[in-house]
Amino acid sequence: MTETIAPIEALKDKGPDKPPRSRWKDVWDQFKKHKGAMFGLGFLMFITLAVLIGPFLWDADPQKIDIRNKNMRPIYTAIWDGDAKVGWNKPLGSDQLGRDQMAQILSGGRASMAVGWAAMVLSLLIGTAIGVAAGFYKKLDGLLMRTTDLFLALPVLPLLLLAVTLFRQPLTSTFGPEGGMFILIVSIIAVTSWMPTARIVRGDVLAIKEREFVLAARSIGTLPGKIIRRHLLPNVLSPILVSAALGLATAIITESALSFLGVGFPSDFPTWGKMLADAVVRMEEYPERVLLPGIAISLTVLSVNYLGDGLRDALDPRIRGR
Amino acid sequence: MLTYAIRRLFLSIPTLLFISFVIFMLLQLAPGDPMAQVPLTVPPEVKQKMREALGVGEPALVQYWKWLVQVFWIEPQVAIDAMFGTNWSEGKQRVISWQTRSPVMDIVIQRIPQTLWVVGVAYVVAILIALPIGIYSAYRQYSVFDQAGTFVTMIGFSIPPFFTGPLLIVIFSVQLGWFPSIYDTTHVVNDWASFKEQLQQMIMPVMVLALQITAMLSRYMRASMLDNLGQDYVRTARAKGLSESAVVLVHVLRNSMIPVVTVIALGIPSIFGGAIITENVFKVNGIGQLLLTWLFANDLPGVMTLTFIFAVLIVLFNLIADILYGLLDPRIRYD
Repeated sequence: MTETIAPIEALKDKGPDKPPRSRWKDVWDQFKKHKGAMFGLGFLMFITLAVLIGPFLWDADPQKIDIRNKNMRPIYTAIWDGDAKVGWNKPLGSDQLGRDQMAQILSGGRASMAVGWAAMVLSLLIGTAIGVAAGFYKKLDGLLMRTTDLFLALPVLPLLLLAVTLFRQPLTSTFGPEGGMFILIVSIIAVTSWMPTARIVRGDVLAIKEREFVLAARSIGTLPGKIIRRHLLPNVLSPILVSAALGLATAIITESALSFLGVGFPSDFPTWGKMLADAVVRMEEYPERVLLPGIAISLTVLSVNYLGDGLRDALDPRIRGR
Repeated sequence: MLTYAIRRLFLSIPTLLFISFVIFMLLQLAPGDPMAQVPLTVPPEVKQKMREALGVGEPALVQYWKWLVQVFWIEPQVAIDAMFGTNWSEGKQRVISWQTRSPVMDIVIQRIPQTLWVVGVAYVVAILIALPIGIYSAYRQYSVFDQAGTFVTMIGFSIPPFFTGPLLIVIFSVQLGWFPSIYDTTHVVNDWASFKEQLQQMIMPVMVLALQITAMLSRYMRASMLDNLGQDYVRTARAKGLSESAVVLVHVLRNSMIPVVTVIALGIPSIFGGAIITENVFKVNGIGQLLLTWLFANDLPGVMTLTFIFAVLIVLFNLIADILYGLLDPRIRYD
């Protein structure tokens, strides 16, 4: 009478037939599919390593004036112009004071990348803090979001120029010409670029804090600070990462633009924007002095932008797994 | 809708006042002294009098109040005088530039046409190029055209204008000799030959600016089209037998234009604000270049007024974008 019903196929499994996959492994698998993003990641790692390790491998002093070897062309110029003044001692040539271009590119890149990373991290910290505070504490929301709107209404580039010309004197006298300028440029870029992050984070926090798991956490007596750290921040990580990539690109471009307009670092401290600006007057005879730093900036920013694109796709669960 | 617009308009007044106050207080911290160029032989009491004549000796709040009166009360009167030939503003103190000792607004009005020509044309060109690219690359997603378009917009996004500018100058005016590298502002257009010259000198700055704006707009257009192409109403439109062009160019395009129109409106302040870097590279003496000159010359009234004009434009076009969004999209009601 009692026939044993054969269990259906799926229920025969003793356990999961595949090992469990973590979320980050899924993200990485999706990220790998985006060719541009992989190129971006690769190039960003390459350029970061190059500016970090490069100065040790090529240890010429970027500031050393070597007037006998001035105006040398890059070594590859010899391919089409046999008479060009080239030499292996200056592989990328030298400028009108004989300063080594290779060493300048490397140390200039170090400055540009340092400013970019520092400004991006600072702007993310401000943006995330304000976004979380505005989304989580209802009392602060109105005030903080009005402030954000106000900052968005400020004209950025004029204000940047304004602030640099105004505060250069006091800061450089306290922290030295390079340190003061670094602090000034990083903080100004951060102060004028945190608003998009704050808006995105606030929107996400507003949605997430109404979810059941936050209610559950609250009901077992979790303190607000703990809820933010343990439950909210990990969930808003993906928009933060994406805006981090975009922020890095903007910060690098802004720093170069400031240097280009002549309000950036002091004149004997090379950055990519500075090198480009100094070379513009002689670009007819020595186009490579404009091209090399320009290409360096453009490729870095391009790779960061692609990285951000890939991250956005990889972190979006609606796209992932398709 | 009207009440919303009026409420926003009134709300923008305190915002603008606050912004102007912040900029003013920032400028008060400036280390520059308008008397720095005056010879040392001029006795200090004369210098003090000159300072007071420029309005510098007084407390910051009094200066701010005077600036407000000049900008909001006297300058409109000057504008009305210029338009209708009345003489309300006679003998009243206007905002004076420290560098040129002439009214700030007069200089700004002299500079506006150059900026409008170059940046405005670039904006229009960019819109005309960006919209078709965005539409087509969304319609044929992942096709060769889309891949190429995405790549080009990504490049336009990433290459800064201070690199494309010199690059174009090297290629087109040094190597090929087609276009002048410097924008001649005194050039007068009165016949076809001079019009052609005007076009030639405009091409390079317009190209540099249009590349950037195109990159941004076509990305928006593509994303917005993609959002709409997957909607149910598109399937309905196809199911009832509409032609493909009617589906894409009428149904989908009209809905996708809503966010794009607001993005375009948000970008308009930058037309008037000028492109500081591009104007600097091609020596266009527009507003952006004016701001740079005044900044380096420590001309506080000029910088103050110009930055404030930018802020007014940004706030105004933010408002216009919001209202447009409400007008175009019937699902959005601000009440």
